[in-house]
Amino acid sequence: MAELFIFFDQIYRILFLLIPVLVSVAMIVWLDRRVWAFVQKRRGPNVVGPFGLFQTLADALKYIFKEIIIPASSNKVIFILAPIVTMTLALIAWAVIPFSETFVLADINVGILYLFAVSSLGVYGIIMGGWASNSKYPFLGAIRSAAQMVSYEVSIGVIIINVLLCVGSLNLSDIVLSQKDLWFVIPLFPMFIIFFISALAETNRPPFDLPEAEAELVAGYQTEYSGMMYAMFWLGEYANILLMCAMGSILFLGGWLSPIDLFPFNVIPAPIWLILKILFLFILFALIKAIVPRYRYDQLMKLGWKIFLPFSLIYVVLTASFLMYFDLLPGN
Amino acid sequence: MIAHAIVFYIFSLIAIVSAIMVTVSKNTVNSVFFLILDFISISCLFIMIGAEFLGMIMLIVYVGAVAVLFLFVVMMLNVAQQKNEWFNSSGRSSHIPVGLLVSIIIFFELIIVIGGWKYKPDLLDSIAIEINTDLTNTQSLGSVIYTDYIHLFQLSGMVLLVAMIGAIVLTFRQRSGVKRQSYFKQISRDRKDGIELVDVENNKGVKIDA
Repeated sequence: MAELFIFFDQIYRILFLLIPVLVSVAMIVWLDRRVWAFVQKRRGPNVVGPFGLFQTLADALKYIFKEIIIPASSNKVIFILAPIVTMTLALIAWAVIPFSETFVLADINVGILYLFAVSSLGVYGIIMGGWASNSKYPFLGAIRSAAQMVSYEVSIGVIIINVLLCVGSLNLSDIVLSQKDLWFVIPLFPMFIIFFISALAETNRPPFDLPEAEAELVAGYQTEYSGMMYAMFWLGEYANILLMCAMGSILFLGGWLSPIDLFPFNVIPAPIWLILKILFLFILFALIKAIVPRYRYDQLMKLGWKIFLPFSLIYVVLTASFLMYFDLLPGN
Repeated sequence: MIAHAIVFYIFSLIAIVSAIMVTVSKNTVNSVFFLILDFISISCLFIMIGAEFLGMIMLIVYVGAVAVLFLFVVMMLNVAQQKNEWFNSSGRSSHIPVGLLVSIIIFFELIIVIGGWKYKPDLLDSIAIEINTDLTNTQSLGSVIYTDYIHLFQLSGMVLLVAMIGAIVLTFRQRSGVKRQSYFKQISRDRKDGIELVDVENNKGVKIDA
């Protein structure tokens, strides 16, 4: 009986986390389009519901009723599995995100490694979709994205090492709590910039959306997808973007901590702060989409391997020597 | 405890079945996908015995990077066709004896390891470094690798470096006639290098690219 109670309690907690994440993914798509339109002096989606808030729900409803077309020459199992993998991986990562000191689904020892692992698995949805379509454009898109995501993962890993040097723990709550006095965005500002750009590349956002560059590859890996399967790719992508924003705010912007520990700020509940930080990063993502032209593929690779990787490696050495010299290393 | 056992058997069943499917399945790409499934279930097993750092690193390195590139290669090259040619051709393939040799060596190594475990259960006591169970295993790994085993650690790093340089040397080819972009050249260009004003005589024209 007690086990059953624990089981249902966990299910309830998972739903309590997943449903808000899914709803906020829908809202974030709307926000993205609105910000994009705002920059380009358009109105954006403003018809369905107040301010067009329900536009994404209407879109999702449309996708549900559309026909799912599976190409005859495709590898059907993998073709169907690909969007499911993308969506699942985008959602399971939320299990370790701490929204406050107590509100976290799984407070595991290696939380940041788990996040990193799940975000690096995200490439499989794309490769599987691109290969299983058995068509040229999706395959080219899949190859591009595989190379791109593997490259930028490396620099994200090195950036995480920078943060971990200052924390001394892989636990996400510890990472947030160690920023009580100083957010890491201040001492590690260059790393924050590189993390932000790598996150753009890791989530295939413009200006690095080469896997789905419409001018060259129609729609890249999702060319053959239709109906709800396309919608799952699309929602999974946005859930991934939110996840990257959450990761950035936990690593650099102090997670759920309020910026100043003074009266009007510290009464606001902790999860609100995390959400505000995620929104801030997301609006930056959306603005960049609107104002920066797309990179060429060789420029993308050059940026990742020849500029970001050496720079962040040098920064690791710098951070480590600084901490060593001033005897600030954690855990001593 | 029962739940733990059930989960353990589920993961190990998935691991074994997918390992068999890697060798059995006809389609090479499917083999790689089963290999990935195998990696994932093995790392789940690692996490279940409390080696969470090892499990996560396995996910990141093997599944997140190595298997992606593996998949990449298998998709690009037509490996399935080659495999069929080897098996169907009348002449003996030279790959099979080598593969057999390697697998026999691995088999005997496994027998030695498992046999040692079975007949010498106090093997753990003979390890020089005592294991502190209070620390998380990330911490205890870190405190050992960079101090007591620093030479071995550096040595394996050197091996990886050599392998990396070897791979680059093997695949690198300098192509001629490729237009390369140099940011410094582009930025340091100014009006003098880019524009030339010429007084053109009537009915003569200008010769460009002189």
